[in-house]
Amino acid sequence: MTAKGHQHGASASPANPPRQVASWRLLVTLAIAGAASGALVVSVYRITLPAIQRYAGQQVEQAVREVLKAPARWDTLYLVRGALAARPPEGVDPRELPKAYVGRDAAGRRTGVAITAQEPGFQEELSLMIGFDPGSGTLTGIEVLEQKETPGLGDKIETDTAFRSQFPGRIVPLRRVKARSGADRSEVQTITGATISSRAVIRIVNNAVARWRPLLAAFDQAAAR
Amino acid sequence: MTATMPAPADLVPGAPPPATVLQDVWRGIGSENPVVVQMLGMCPTMAVTNLVANGIAMGLATTFVMVGSGLIVSLFRRRIANEVRITSYILIIATFVTLADMILAATFPVISKALGPFMPLIVANCLLLGRAEAFAAKVGVTRAVADGFGMGMGFTLSLTALSALRELLGRGTLLGVPVLSARYEPWVFMVLPPGGFFALGLLLLSVAWVAGRRKRKAHAR
Repeated sequence: MTAKGHQHGASASPANPPRQVASWRLLVTLAIAGAASGALVVSVYRITLPAIQRYAGQQVEQAVREVLKAPARWDTLYLVRGALAARPPEGVDPRELPKAYVGRDAAGRRTGVAITAQEPGFQEELSLMIGFDPGSGTLTGIEVLEQKETPGLGDKIETDTAFRSQFPGRIVPLRRVKARSGADRSEVQTITGATISSRAVIRIVNNAVARWRPLLAAFDQAAAR
Repeated sequence: MTATMPAPADLVPGAPPPATVLQDVWRGIGSENPVVVQMLGMCPTMAVTNLVANGIAMGLATTFVMVGSGLIVSLFRRRIANEVRITSYILIIATFVTLADMILAATFPVISKALGPFMPLIVANCLLLGRAEAFAAKVGVTRAVADGFGMGMGFTLSLTALSALRELLGRGTLLGVPVLSARYEPWVFMVLPPGGFFALGLLLLSVAWVAGRRKRKAHAR
């Protein structure tokens, strides 16, 4: 019963009398179109994927260098089942594991650790790269990896250098203030007009450092043994 | 003409009147501009025009999809059965949008990130399906491509004009370069969604004013 399709506008004219099209022809048309489209999309995906991944890698690398103040080199630790490991387990895609980047100076001493953290911001997930010293809990820097905050207001957490430059040297847990007294090394001044976004950044930093410090301490202990 | 003969392409009912390639291109830029005359594709128009770079990128991506889908729709216009034509057009458009999205992500990652969810949403831009159904499916390949290019360029121009106004007033910059003095306090409202409506209103007003003046002049003659 579906073979007799409804004829549309164009075929109502006497110059083009209604004609029946067999259902299988419709199916074949769509199947061919779908296959051609799929083939095209897959081939372009394969061509563009390396460039897209390279860019994502570059972004992370640049952010690590930024928050750890240009370390001589860094090692990557992988978080597997609640503990850090120097290499990812077999059969697991390392890209999917949470990672800590341990920055070292030329002599091999640890200068800081960089981690990424995501939490909701004002309207969407906010992704940060945070550099800190696990021993003292002193921040070395933060970078915004991804944000979709309100343009012109909330996005100042990324564009306002005065806000971001407060973080190096601060000690976690951070406290947010409207105006800094100057003496307190945990105070961070929020941005006027972007209070919620600045609060989100402070919360993400505090949570992430609180989560990673024990993990790093446990890894150090295991390594010392 | 006998009833058993399919109508030749030029006599498809509802086909656009004959025109030169230049006229086909010009229609989209001028007399039937997608944004200021047809008012199609308002979603991306509002959403991404807070920066000139985003406006231009969205316009060019849409042009790429318009030309590509126009070409394929016109090429296969006699093969695609009437009953499945909308499905086929959407499939063709979606393919080109996906390609544009991936190519942009690989070549201009920063702009691709800024356009974010609005790139895939080009599929839902009624301008594309509208031109496929009303034009590309009824004319030859050259005219379909010319129309797609014209419409795409008209869309790009409108988006560029809108985003230039919004970026200038909202941030004091053009393409990221500061052009207003540092003493200018950016009018943040303009880069927020309401500013989009405001800027579009201004653009439509000025276009209507120019068109009205032309009409009166022609009338007086």
